[in-house]
Amino acid sequence: MTTLFGRLGLDAFPIHEPILVGTFIAVALGGVALVGALTYFRLWGYLWREWFTSIDHKKIGIMYMVLGIVMLLRGFADAIMMRLQQAMAFSGSEGYLNAHHYDQVFTAHGVIMIFFVAMPLVTGLMNYIVPLQIGARDVAFPFLNNFSFWMTVGGALLVMASLFVGEFARTGWLAYPPLSGLDFSPDVGVDYYIWALQVAGVGTLLSGVNLLATIIKMRAPGMSLMKMPVFTWTALCTNVLIVAAFPVLTAVLVLLSLDRYVGTNFFTNDLGGNPMMYVNLIWIWGHPEVYILILPLFGVFSEVTSTFSRKRLFGYSSMVYATVVITILSYIVWLHHFFTMGSGASVNSFFGITTMIISIPTGAKIFNWLFTMYRGRIRFELPMMWTVAFMLTFVIGGMTGVLLAVPPADFVLHNSLFLVAHFHNVIIGGVLFGLFAAINYWFPKAFGFKLDPFWGKVSFWCWVVGFWVAFMPLYVLGLMGVTRRLRYFEDPTLQIWFVVAAFGAVLIAAGIGALLMQLYVSFRKRHELRDTTGDPWDGRTLEWSTSSPPPVYNFAFTPIIHDGDAWWDMKQRGYERPRTGFKPVLMPKNTGAGVILAALSSVLAFALIWYIWWLAGVSLVALIAYAIYHTFNYDREFRIPAEQVLRAETERTQQLLATGS
Amino acid sequence: MARTLTVSELETTSFYDPHEHEHAAGGSTMLGFWIYLMSDCLIFAVMFAMYGVLGTSYAGGPTPKDVFDLPLVAVNTAMLLFSSITYGFAMLEAQRKRVSTTLLWLGITGLFGAAFVGIELYEFAHMIHEGAGPQRSAFLSSFFALVGTHGLHVTCGIIWLVTLMVQVARRGIEPANHRRLACLSLFWHFLDVIWIGVFTFVYLLSTLR
Amino acid sequence: MRTATSANVTLHDASHGHEHGHGGTQIPHATMRDYLIGFGLSVVLTAIPFWLVMGGVLPSKAATGFVIMGFAVAQIVVHMIYFLHMNAKSDEGWTMVALVFTLILVVITLAGSLWVMHHLNVNMMPGHLAPDIP
Repeated sequence: MTTLFGRLGLDAFPIHEPILVGTFIAVALGGVALVGALTYFRLWGYLWREWFTSIDHKKIGIMYMVLGIVMLLRGFADAIMMRLQQAMAFSGSEGYLNAHHYDQVFTAHGVIMIFFVAMPLVTGLMNYIVPLQIGARDVAFPFLNNFSFWMTVGGALLVMASLFVGEFARTGWLAYPPLSGLDFSPDVGVDYYIWALQVAGVGTLLSGVNLLATIIKMRAPGMSLMKMPVFTWTALCTNVLIVAAFPVLTAVLVLLSLDRYVGTNFFTNDLGGNPMMYVNLIWIWGHPEVYILILPLFGVFSEVTSTFSRKRLFGYSSMVYATVVITILSYIVWLHHFFTMGSGASVNSFFGITTMIISIPTGAKIFNWLFTMYRGRIRFELPMMWTVAFMLTFVIGGMTGVLLAVPPADFVLHNSLFLVAHFHNVIIGGVLFGLFAAINYWFPKAFGFKLDPFWGKVSFWCWVVGFWVAFMPLYVLGLMGVTRRLRYFEDPTLQIWFVVAAFGAVLIAAGIGALLMQLYVSFRKRHELRDTTGDPWDGRTLEWSTSSPPPVYNFAFTPIIHDGDAWWDMKQRGYERPRTGFKPVLMPKNTGAGVILAALSSVLAFALIWYIWWLAGVSLVALIAYAIYHTFNYDREFRIPAEQVLRAETERTQQLLATGS
Repeated sequence: MARTLTVSELETTSFYDPHEHEHAAGGSTMLGFWIYLMSDCLIFAVMFAMYGVLGTSYAGGPTPKDVFDLPLVAVNTAMLLFSSITYGFAMLEAQRKRVSTTLLWLGITGLFGAAFVGIELYEFAHMIHEGAGPQRSAFLSSFFALVGTHGLHVTCGIIWLVTLMVQVARRGIEPANHRRLACLSLFWHFLDVIWIGVFTFVYLLSTLR
Repeated sequence: MRTATSANVTLHDASHGHEHGHGGTQIPHATMRDYLIGFGLSVVLTAIPFWLVMGGVLPSKAATGFVIMGFAVAQIVVHMIYFLHMNAKSDEGWTMVALVFTLILVVITLAGSLWVMHHLNVNMMPGHLAPDIP
C-alpha cells in the first residue's frame, strides 16, 4: 500500500498469465489500429461533435447498440472459454483454466451479458424508437440521456479494465456475501464489481426516469394511452420497473461496500450480520430486472408480428393488461430464486404459486401473437423469422421456468445446469432473438438502408441451431444432477454432453461472425439496400412516417393522432405531407458535460477500488464542482431555422415522388 | 381494409396543426423530479428494511436505550420541521417574484438544515466515542446507514440550496429558477417525510422495545 | 383569432393538450394558510409521540407503539397535502399514481422482507428455535 497509488502496484498487472497477455496484445493492437484510423481520417472532431456530445435520442440509441454489440463479443469470449474448459476437464485433465480464473470468467460473463449487453441494447432500442413512436422530437431530458449513456460506458470500461489491471470478482454475477465480503474476497475484484454496477446503475436509473416522463408527458395530441403502439406500452412498463427496482440494487451495493470499506456488519457472519438479507434484497431487484430485459422485446414481437402479418395486433387491450399485470406481479415472485435457502413451506408455497401465476399473462401474449398471424398475409422477412424462432424457443424456456417454480422440484434443480439452461433459454430465446428481430426491423429506419438478408439468414440459422445444440445438453446434465459453475468433473460419462454443448457454442460463434459480416456487407451494399421511402416494411406506427434516417427534429409538425396504429391510419385516410408553412424548431444543444461527468465518476470509482484516497477525494470534489458548474449553463437550446426544415422536407417529398409513393 | 370515409370526415381529419405553438421548456421537469423522488423513496425503503431485520441484533453491545438521546432527537426534529416551513415561506416569496426575501428565507432554511446536520454529526461522534460506532453490531450498522443516508441527502440539499441562492441572486426568479426552487422544495419536504419515519420507527419505537 | 369551426376547435384543443397558461410545467400554487396549518399540525403530531415515549404515559408499550405509528402516518399525510401540495390532479393524476405505486412497493419490500427474513432466521440461524425437522 502506498499513499500515491493505494493498493495498486506492479503486481496488479497479470504479466504471468499467458491468456491475459495474449488478450492484451490483441486488444492493444486493435486499439492502436482504431485510434490510428480515426486520426488518419481526421474523425475525432466529427465523433466528438456529432456523436459523443449529441443529446439526440437517435444518436444516443445507436451508441447504446454499438456498446451492447461490442460487449457481446467480450461476454461471448467468456462463454467460449467456459465451454472449452468444461468440455476438456474430465478425470485427470484439469483443463486450461484454474479455479482462480474460471471463477472470474463466469462472474464476468454474467455481469457483462446482463448489465453491459442486454441492458444497453434494450435501452438503446427504447431510446431510439419511443420518441418517434409517440410523435415527439426527443426525450424529456436530453442532456440526462447523454449522461446516462456515458455512465453506462464508464461501468463497462471499469469491467474491461479489471481484465488487465487487477482482477474481477470470483463470486458469480450477484456476488453473495459472505463470499463477497472483505474476509473472503479482500482483493479488488468485488470492488470492481460494485463500482462498475453503481456507475452504470446511475445511468440506468436516470434513463428510466427520462423515458417514463417522456412517455407520460410528450405523446402527440390525440395519442391516448390506449392508442399508443404496443412497443411504447412495454417501454412504459419496463421503465416503471427500472425506476422501482434499480434503487434497491443501488442500496444493497452501498451496504455491501460499507461492509467492505467501513467494517459494518450488514452481511457478515458475526456481530449480528445476516448474509441471507443480501440474497433477499438483491433478488427483490433481480426478478424485476429480468422483466426489464424481456418486456421491451415482447413489444417488438407485437410490432413485428402485426406488420409482417399485415394485420392489426390481435387483442391490443389484453396485451396491454397482460403487460401491466406482469409488471405488478414481477414484484411478488422474487423468493423463487432462493427456495432452498430455508424459508420453509409456507413462504415457499406462496412464492411458488405467484411464480406460476405470472406465466399466465405471458402465455396470453403468445396466443395473441398466434391469433394475429392466423389468416394474416405473412412475410417471412428476417424480423418475422426471429419472432417465430422466439416463440418456439422461449416457450420451452418458460415451461422449464414453471417447472422450477415448484419448490420441491427446485430443491433438486436449484443451481444445477438445468437452471442455467432455463435462464439462457428465456434470455437468448426471448431477449436476444427479440433484439435481432428489432435490429433487422429498425435498422433501415436508423441508417437508411436494409440489412443484407443472406448473411442475416446465415446468422439466424447458426444462432437458432447453435442455441439448441449448446443448451439442450445442459438440461439433461442438470436433470442428472450436475451443479453449475464447476470447472472439473469426475464422471467421464458426462463429457459427451459437454462436448456437444461446446459444438453448439461454436455454431453460435459462427452466428455472431455472420452478424458482423451482415453489418459489413450491408454497409458495402448500402446503395442497393437503400430505403428511399422511410417505410420499407409497410409499417403501422409513427416512426415509419419519417424519412430513413429521420431528420434531426423527427417531425416538422407534431402529428395529430386519431387511432391506434397511427401511421397505418394516416395511410388509410390519405394523409398528405405538408409542403409549406414550416416553422423554426426548438432543439436542445449538444454538450460535453455528460462525457466529463461520467469520466470523473469513473475516475472516482477506480480510485475507490484501488484505495487511492487522495484521487477519490479530488475526483469527488471535481465531480460535484463540475456538476454545479453545469447547472449555471442556462443556454441549452437553439432553433433550427424554418428554411432548413423546408429544405429537408422538400428533399424528402421529392425523394418520395421519385419512388412513386 | 379501411372503411370509406365520408366527405365531412375527410375534410375535418387533420394530421398536424399548421399553427402549432412552440412548447416551453421544462414541461416535464416536475413529474420527472417526482419520479426520481419515488425511486429515492425505495432506497430508503431498503434502509428501513435493513433496520427492521437487523435492528435488534445488538451482538452483546449497546442497545437503543443506551445510545439514543431522545431530547436531542426532539431538538433535531424541530430544526428540520422549522426548515420545512421556512422553505415554504421562501416559495411564497418566489411566487411573488421577490428576490431578496426569497433569498432571506432560503438562507434561514439553510441554517436550520445545517443545524440539523451539525447536531446529527455531534450525535454520531458521541456514539462512536462511546464505542457505539457502525462497526460494533448489525443494529448500529443499520442505524448509521439509515440515519446517515438521510443526513447525506440533507447535506446534498444544502449544497443545492446554496447553489440556487447564487443563481436566484444572479438571474432572479425566471422560469428555470422557479422550476429548480420547486424541485428543491419537493426534495426538502420529502426528506422531512422520511425523517418522520426515522424518528418514529428508529428512535421512538426502538426505545420502547 | 379566426372564427372557430368545429374542426379548428378540435384541432386547437387536441394540439394544446392540457397545459394552458403556465407555458410549461405546473408548479403547484402554495398559500400561507397551507403552510401554517401544515406546520401547526406537524408540531402537534410530533410533540405527542415524543411525550408519550419519553414520559411513559400509556401503560402498554404495544399500545404506545401503535399510537405513535398512527401519528407518523397522519403526519406524513399532513406533509403530503400541505407541504408537497399532493393532489389527484397534478400532471393528469400521474403524480398520485406514481406515489400509490411506490407506496405499494415499499409495503411489499418491507413486509415481504420482514416475513421472509423472520422465517429464514427461525429455520436457519443458530440460537433460534427451529421446528422439528427430521
